[in-house]
Amino acid sequence: MRAKHFVPGILMLAAVGAASLSAPQGHTQAAPPAGSQPRIKQYQSPKNAKAEGDGEKIFQQNCARCHATPEGFSPRISGTAVWHMRVRANLSEHDAQELLRYLNP
Amino acid sequence: MAALALMLVWAHSAPAQDTPLVSGGVGFLTNTAKGNTTYTPLIEPLAAVPVGQHFLIESRASVLETVAPDGKGGYEHSHFAGLTYLQGDYMATPHLTVVGGSFLLPFGTYNERLSPIWIGNFQDGPLITSLGLLSSGTGLGGQLRGSAIQTSKYSFDYAAWFSARSGNTQFNAQRSFGGRGSLYLPEQRLEVGASYDRSLQGTQENFYGIHIWWEPKDEGFRLRSEYARGHHAQGYWIETDYRTSAFGGLDSWVGRFEPLFRMQQTFRRDTIVSDGLPLVNTQRADFGLDYNLPHNTRILTSYSRQFSSTGNENIWETGIVYRFLFPAWKGKGL
Repeated sequence: MRAKHFVPGILMLAAVGAASLSAPQGHTQAAPPAGSQPRIKQYQSPKNAKAEGDGEKIFQQNCARCHATPEGFSPRISGTAVWHMRVRANLSEHDAQELLRYLNP
Repeated sequence: MAALALMLVWAHSAPAQDTPLVSGGVGFLTNTAKGNTTYTPLIEPLAAVPVGQHFLIESRASVLETVAPDGKGGYEHSHFAGLTYLQGDYMATPHLTVVGGSFLLPFGTYNERLSPIWIGNFQDGPLITSLGLLSSGTGLGGQLRGSAIQTSKYSFDYAAWFSARSGNTQFNAQRSFGGRGSLYLPEQRLEVGASYDRSLQGTQENFYGIHIWWEPKDEGFRLRSEYARGHHAQGYWIETDYRTSAFGGLDSWVGRFEPLFRMQQTFRRDTIVSDGLPLVNTQRADFGLDYNLPHNTRILTSYSRQFSSTGNENIWETGIVYRFLFPAWKGKGL
C-alpha cells in the first residue's frame, strides 16, 4: 500500500466531513397538506396511543434492520416510501399502515 | 411511450403522500491493493412511481467511472451505466405481492438489502456475494412475495421466483427458479432465513444459503452473517458493527463513529468456475471505521487483510457516500 495514494483520500474525506458537520442542519419536512388522503387505507385501531408506538417499533424492527433513518423525509413521499418498503422488506399490510401513520403523525 | 406518459399523468394526480420519489446514493470511492489505487465516482439513483391504488413501478440504475493505473505510470478509465433492476409490483392481497420485470434475486441478504451504496457498511460486498446470484444478480420474469404470517411473537416472510433466460445487455438473466424464507422474532430481534435457487440452463446447479441476523434492541450492536454454497464452492461471512449512545447519543460526534469488523472465508471444491469466488481457498478479515455525518452522508474507511495460497495482500478503502431522497416533483402548496 502506498501512503501517497491513501493520504490524499483521507484528507479529502476529512475536509468534506468538516464542511458537512459545520453546515446548518436543514429540515425539509413539512406538514401534510389539508385534505390529503393516504393511498394506503388508514388503519382502524382501537388503541391509537399504542398504534403510534407500534409504528416506531415497526420502523426499528424492519426498516432500521438494514439502514439508518433518512433525514429530511418529506411527508409527500411517505406513502410511496412505505409501499417500496412493503415490497422490499415484505411488510404485512398492518405494518405498512402503522408505518405510514408513524411517518405522518 | 404512450403507456409511460399515461402512467406519469396518473401518478401526477395521485394523493399527496403518493408522490413519486427519487432516491439513491452518490459517492466517491477509493481502493488501494498491491500498490495500485483505483478511484470510482458513482451514482445509484432509484425511482419509485405509484400507479393507481395497487401498482408500483420501481427501478434502480448505476452509473460509474473507474480510474485505475494503466501500468505505464499513468491512468486509464472506464465507465459503466446500466439498470440494476426495473420491476412492477402489484399488491394482490395483504399477504401477497406479485412482482414482474427485471428484479434483484432474493437469494441471501446482500443482493436485495445491503447492496445499495447508501446502505452497505463496507464498500465492497462479501466474497461469497456471487454464490446463488447466477452471474447477473437479477432475474427476468415473475416473483411472488410477502408476509405469510405475523404475530406479536414471530413473523415469516417469503419470496419465490422464476426467471427466463435473457441475453439483453440491460436485462441479462439466467433461466432459473428459487426462493427465500425468513423467520423473524421481534422480541429477540433475531432473523433466521434460508435461500435456494437452481440454474436451469447449461449445466444445472443448485445453490443454498442460510443467514442469521441479530440486532439486540437499543444496544447499537448488529451482527449479520450468511453462509452459501454451490456445487463448486462455498463460504461464509460474519459482520458486526456498533454505535454507542453513551456519550451524548447517536448524534454526538462520538456516537457518529461506527466501528466494523467482518470475517469471511471461501472454500473451493474444484476450479470449475460457475461463480465469482476466488479460485483458491481464501480468508479475509475486514476492519472498518465509518462516520455518520449529518445530512445523510457517510464516510467509509476500511483495512482488509486477505490470506490465500496465491499470496497475501492488504486492501485499503476510503469513500464518502451521500444518500438523497426527495419527491420527483414539487407539490402544490408545499
